[in-house]
Amino acid sequence: MSTGKLAVWWVVVSEIVIFGGLLASYIMHRLAHQDWAEQAAHTNTWIGAFNTFVLLTSSLSAVLAHKAATEGNGPKAAKLLWLTILGAATFVGVKAVEWTMEIQAGYTITSNTFWSFYYTAAGLHAAHVIAGGIIMAIVAIDAAKFRELHRVELIGIYWHFVDLVWIFLFPLLYIAK
Amino acid sequence: MSEHTHETSEHAPAGDGHGEDHGHINYVRIWVWLVILLAVSVAGPFLEVFWITMVTAFGIACVKAYMVAKNFMHISLEPRFVTYIVVTALVFMLLFFAAVAPDVMNPEGTQWQKPSWIGPPE
Repeated sequence: MSTGKLAVWWVVVSEIVIFGGLLASYIMHRLAHQDWAEQAAHTNTWIGAFNTFVLLTSSLSAVLAHKAATEGNGPKAAKLLWLTILGAATFVGVKAVEWTMEIQAGYTITSNTFWSFYYTAAGLHAAHVIAGGIIMAIVAIDAAKFRELHRVELIGIYWHFVDLVWIFLFPLLYIAK
Repeated sequence: MSEHTHETSEHAPAGDGHGEDHGHINYVRIWVWLVILLAVSVAGPFLEVFWITMVTAFGIACVKAYMVAKNFMHISLEPRFVTYIVVTALVFMLLFFAAVAPDVMNPEGTQWQKPSWIGPPE
C-alpha cells in the first residue's frame, strides 16, 4: 500500500470517530427526547433525498474517474472529477437554499438542541464536501496533464466516505420524524 | 508500504500494483441499486408503520453504506489491516455510546441525579 493511500485511510478512520461521536450523541439525545420528532418534522425530506441522490451520483463519477486513471486516461479522469465537483457544488448550493428557508422560518442553531445538532452535523459534513471539492479540483488539473494519477483514487476514497456519512445523516435528520 | 507511487506520475496508470482488479464491477448497476434503495427509504415513512420506517431508513442505510464501501471504496481489496482499523473505530464509537448514553437518557442512576438545570428527558 502506498503512503498516500495509507494516509487517506487513516484520515477516514479518524473521521469515523469524529462523525461517529457526533451521530452517537445525536442518537442518544434523540432517544431521550421524543419531542424532537416534532422538530425533525420541519426538515424537508425531499430536499434531503435530492441531495442524497446528488452525492450518490457524484460517488459514481468519482469511482469512474478512478477507473479511467487506472487505465492511464488522465483527461477522462479529470472530466469525471469535474463532474464530481459539480455534484459537490450542487449539494452545497441546495444546502444553502435549504438553510436559508429554515432560518427564515425561525429554526436557527440556537432554537433548541435538535437544531443545534442539525446545523452542527450538516454543517460539519458540508465543510467536508467543500474541502473535498477543492482538493478534487487540484487533482483534476494534474490528472488532465497525466500527472499524479494515483491521487484520483485517493480523493475518491475520501469522497465515498463523505457520501457514507450523508447516507446515515439523511435518515437521522430527514426520515425519522 | 512503499514510496514508489509518489513517482507514479507522467503518463503512467494510477495504482500501487494491487487492488486494481475491479474491472468486473459494473459501477452504473451499483449506482442504480443505490438510487432504488434511496427511493425505498423515502417511501417507507408513507406507510406510517413504525418498524417499517426504521427498517427502510436505517436498515437500508446500512446496506447502502456496505455497497459503497465494498464497490466504490474497494475496501475488500485493500490489505486486511484497513478493515481492522475501520472496525476498531466503529467499536470505539459503540463504546462511547454505551458509556455515555445511560447518563444522557436517564434522569438518575446509582448515587447520582441529573442536575435540574439540564432538565429531565421528555
